[in-house]
Amino acid sequence: MRIRNFSVFLRSQKDVFVKEVYPGMSIFRHIAVALLLLLCIPCGANASTEGTEEPINVQEIIFDHMSDAYEWHLWGHTHISLPVIVKHHEGGWEVFSSARFHESADGTYNGFYIDHERKDKIYERGYEDRPWDLSITKDVLQIWINIAVMLLIFIPCARWYARRRAEGDHSAPKGFRGAVEMLTMYIHDDVIKACIGEKHYRRYAPYLLTVFFFIFVTNLMGLIPIFPGGSNVTGNLSITLLLAVGTFLLVNIFGNKEYWKEILWPDVPMMMKCPVPLMPVVEIIGIFTKPFALMMRLFANMFGGHTVILSLTCLIFITFKVSIGMGSSMTVVSFLMLIFMNCLELLVAFLQAYVFTMLSSVYIGLAHPEHHHAK
Amino acid sequence: MGNLPSILTPDFGLLFWMLVSFLVVFLLLAKFGFPAIIKAVEERKNFIDESLSKARQANEKLAGIQAESEKILREAREQQAQIIKEAMATRDGIIQDARDKAQLEGRNLLDEAKKQIEAEKEVALRDIRTQVADLSVQIAEKVIRQQLLHDDEQEKFIARMLEDVK
Repeated sequence: MRIRNFSVFLRSQKDVFVKEVYPGMSIFRHIAVALLLLLCIPCGANASTEGTEEPINVQEIIFDHMSDAYEWHLWGHTHISLPVIVKHHEGGWEVFSSARFHESADGTYNGFYIDHERKDKIYERGYEDRPWDLSITKDVLQIWINIAVMLLIFIPCARWYARRRAEGDHSAPKGFRGAVEMLTMYIHDDVIKACIGEKHYRRYAPYLLTVFFFIFVTNLMGLIPIFPGGSNVTGNLSITLLLAVGTFLLVNIFGNKEYWKEILWPDVPMMMKCPVPLMPVVEIIGIFTKPFALMMRLFANMFGGHTVILSLTCLIFITFKVSIGMGSSMTVVSFLMLIFMNCLELLVAFLQAYVFTMLSSVYIGLAHPEHHHAK
Repeated sequence: MGNLPSILTPDFGLLFWMLVSFLVVFLLLAKFGFPAIIKAVEERKNFIDESLSKARQANEKLAGIQAESEKILREAREQQAQIIKEAMATRDGIIQDARDKAQLEGRNLLDEAKKQIEAEKEVALRDIRTQVADLSVQIAEKVIRQQLLHDDEQEKFIARMLEDVK
């Protein structure tokens, strides 16, 4: 029953995808099916690895899966050890594999240890504050993988266009390149151009396109539960903070005179701004709340999605502790819910990238307000 | 801050690597990725617009040529009709002229002939008249001569004379 449901689901999913997203996109279709297949693995894969005697701490499991780490857990007791780059408090950088922490009994290597009481970060023995830590963690590696994926998609694509252009051939591409072009031009024309305005958009288009595809690829990779994906990057506040700061800087560095006038001396009755600068204060707070909302929205959406998926997975093991029958029936329910959630997350992955790019474009557009007054 | 999970607390190392990685991918894609695609699409759009306007122009030109050729054809046909009409008129005129001329000529000839005939007749009449006069004189002479002999013979003679004259 499970298999039949799954294949029916896959077929319907495929139909929706093929009809609505892009007809005749065979490679992309296969990738989508492969992604969906991979998404369904954790239900079975994690079953053997979980301990059966200790009570299950759902919160710990969830945060463990979503937090950054110094090694990449593959399955069972297999990890990919990642390079640790830390600086001693007395000076001097250390570069070593995170596998070294397992070599000694108390997990210390050259004075460094991973403190499980304090968010599993590296600390130096005898010091309370964190050392400088530029380790290539799981999230950093995931970012690099995502970047590699982006470059592998866009650079060959762009080279193909350049080659065609040199030959004077203007025909449109087919297949995967067609999908890339469609998505790129959709964001470029309907989001960036539409929100910033005809006059200024060109300058910001490459940055905003990079932001969109970075978030989109990262969100999708985060949905793959095994190795080249699965790391929760966009659900980490550091990442969304940086992206939001990017938008903040673009808005406020390139904002024109009119923009600053609207903030510091807005077009409102005098009593709203003269003795007590009420409106300017509100506007200045607005400068910061806009990117803050961007940061929190992306973070919370991705964090929430991952939490629900992980909770549904944990539910299987919790109910198995109660009884085999309940566990079995809950497995079916959980499985169906997980499929639903993963589909929803596919949508959210696109939607959040789209919303982030669109709102950034809107804010940048608002920082060039002269054409609103020019009429 | 201490109790918050690590995903909620910005981490310097992650921020640093994210910044570096993002800048790298941004610079690479902004230089080699997106502009090529966008330029190609925009060029294709311009090419299509241009081709469309060219096709429209060609269509218009073709329609113009067609209209012109039709006009020329119509004009030629009109000219042809005109020429034919003129030719017919000329032909009719020539025929009429010839007929008139022929009539005139004929009448002239007829008149001439009539005149000649009249003249001939006049001459002939005159001739006859003189001859008749001569004959009459001669007959009269002979009659007068015979009369003088005898009456019978005289009458016979006159009859014979008249017979002869006839």
